[in-house]
Amino acid sequence: MTASTETLQTVRSLSQEGYKYGFFTDIEAETAPPGLSEDTIRFISAKKDEPEWLLEWRLAAFRAWREMTEPNWAKLQLAPIDYQAATYYSAPKQNVGPKSLDEVDPELLRTYEKLGIPLREREALAGVAVDAVFDSISVATTFKEQLGELGIIFCSMGEAVREHPELVRKYLGTVVPQNDNFFAALNSAVFSDGSFAYIPPGVRCPMELSTYFRINAAKTGQFERTLLIADAGAYVSYLEGCTAPQRDENQLHAAVVELIAHEDAQIKYSTVQNWYPGDAEGRGGIYNFVTKRGACRGARSKISWTQVETGSAITWKYPSCVLEGDHSVGEFYSVAITNNRQQADTGTKMVHIGKDTRSTILSKGISAGRGQNTYRGLVRVQPRAQGARNHTQCDSLLIGDHCGAHTVPYIEVRNPSARVEHEATTSKISDDQLFYCRQRGLSAEDAVSLIVNGFCKEVLKELPMEFAVEAQKLLAVSLEGSVG
Amino acid sequence: MLEIRNLHARLADGGEILRGIDLSVNAGEVHAIMGPNGSGKSTLAAVLAGRDGYDVSKGSVTYLGRDLLAMEADERAREGLFLAFQYPVEIPGVNNMYFLRTAINAQRRHRGEPELDAGQFLRIVRAKLKMLDIGEDLLQRAVNVGFSGGEKKRNEVFQMAMLEPRLAILDETDSGLDIDALKLVARGVNQQRAPDRAIVMITHYQRLLDYVEPDRVHVLQAGRIVQSGDKTLALELEQRGYGVVEDAA
Repeated sequence: MTASTETLQTVRSLSQEGYKYGFFTDIEAETAPPGLSEDTIRFISAKKDEPEWLLEWRLAAFRAWREMTEPNWAKLQLAPIDYQAATYYSAPKQNVGPKSLDEVDPELLRTYEKLGIPLREREALAGVAVDAVFDSISVATTFKEQLGELGIIFCSMGEAVREHPELVRKYLGTVVPQNDNFFAALNSAVFSDGSFAYIPPGVRCPMELSTYFRINAAKTGQFERTLLIADAGAYVSYLEGCTAPQRDENQLHAAVVELIAHEDAQIKYSTVQNWYPGDAEGRGGIYNFVTKRGACRGARSKISWTQVETGSAITWKYPSCVLEGDHSVGEFYSVAITNNRQQADTGTKMVHIGKDTRSTILSKGISAGRGQNTYRGLVRVQPRAQGARNHTQCDSLLIGDHCGAHTVPYIEVRNPSARVEHEATTSKISDDQLFYCRQRGLSAEDAVSLIVNGFCKEVLKELPMEFAVEAQKLLAVSLEGSVG
Repeated sequence: MLEIRNLHARLADGGEILRGIDLSVNAGEVHAIMGPNGSGKSTLAAVLAGRDGYDVSKGSVTYLGRDLLAMEADERAREGLFLAFQYPVEIPGVNNMYFLRTAINAQRRHRGEPELDAGQFLRIVRAKLKMLDIGEDLLQRAVNVGFSGGEKKRNEVFQMAMLEPRLAILDETDSGLDIDALKLVARGVNQQRAPDRAIVMITHYQRLLDYVEPDRVHVLQAGRIVQSGDKTLALELEQRGYGVVEDAA
């Protein structure tokens, strides 16, 4: 209960601030010339001192990408993206691969402090190991040694390529192939860094693993790639947070996340996405085109996605589960909020392949201002998925008269024993609710925040504690100015 | 404490409902405002609490020496004006206890008092529940969600006891209640009687007044107070109906 009070207090202070992560860090960076060609890819690969197979892998992705066109089926309106104008690699200038935090540029550490991410281990939240990705490069990973004692590998993708090439080669692209879709292909060609984690058989990761992504440089796309493997019987909870400075132009973020859960393994992946959403007129903001997919490879494995999407001008994101193992379980819990001129087209795919596979989808969309919020979800039951079950619930909440909520479910069932349920509701914050709260002494903004948090409660309770508090604050900040 | 002078109000998109209300309520007093359906009772409560959708075209309301009508609804609440709703509103997903503590702390901050932590809050909750003889079952549920009519009214009385307002307005809190629930509401009101607090009960029926003895009774008719008196007026109304007053008016 004390945490809740603190939350409300912070909300109150935050609501004066607007997007508080909109600062820019003046830091020397090493940047590739703008544009995208095979040379750009060779440049990135060389910068990262990569093995030949990975360069070839990237080039294959690039060739596939050149033949592809941007998907246009989402309910999103955006100006054409000039892929040749963007910069595909920007790295803070420092000796590659800091051995310890003492070698990390102090300016970078200060940036992360501003973001509220204490990288200094002594200050770190108990039980959270952090990998921080600044523009394209992973700058520091904390708690590495403690994790190492359990055989857990948690490092940047670049380091994983150098230190654990056999694991990377075995799993990379096995869930999201290079030519999966336009943005995944682009990512595969130019991905610069990201996080890698491997949990060995039977190990329960004793702390939350966490990555913070930060886009700093101007006109730079960020293309991180995350690969997470839970071996048989392993468990890991992973948190991802994102921020960017306030800029007038749109910045591209096209990430790929691949999760692999072997027999009896469990992965819980939580995201609080707070990329810069653009201003009230819709200028600037991040274009967030992300492919996230988890494969439940083994029997009785489980993957849970929980996301709180508050930022970005455009969100295009469908964290999915491929339920290959018998009795495997996929879950998707989502809160997506659009205010001002933000647009979100987000949802999930649950592909039931194994027998008695189960999936749960719980989506809460909140639209305010002129925001447009679309839930798009696919539930597919393959012929072999005897006894598959899915339950989907999509709730939309509207604030004001100029926003929109849309629900687009796709259901494909090829096994007669499957049971698939879909429920959807749309509601508005009523004047009655607002008045009731205000009559008890809550300000209009606190009242909206309280009502919205209540609406999202079933999703927020899926988040780890520290994240849930942060998510509540973000919801309040994102809704600022939506009443009155 | 409350001075209403020649108050005229209409629905923003409708005709005039209050047509010149005059009413004085002093600290320590309990007033009953009675009247038939459509006489403007609930409109009066809504206008005093600052609900949107009503236009005040004439008149003034002074509360604790300040212009009440110039204050926002939430500011009125933080200044100690409490409205027990005729139809309490459901807020899904928001825990009743959490809601109440948020409200109390908003009011405490406004008064420059320290906020209550979970422990302090719980002690007060327990004491008030005991005083009102209400069970704890309502506390962990979402605000008014799935509450029966009686539970909603009990919850309103409990909130009133917790918030300790200066001026409490009960908008037909007695309607639709069985006799046990009615007694509970009456107990709540009687326990809230205090020298520095005023209570205005809006009611259609006389029966609440069997359990709460008002200092003053007013009859509202077609947007005006047409008769005021002591508790005997209520008894008279009970026996002879509102028609008597209509004839007199």
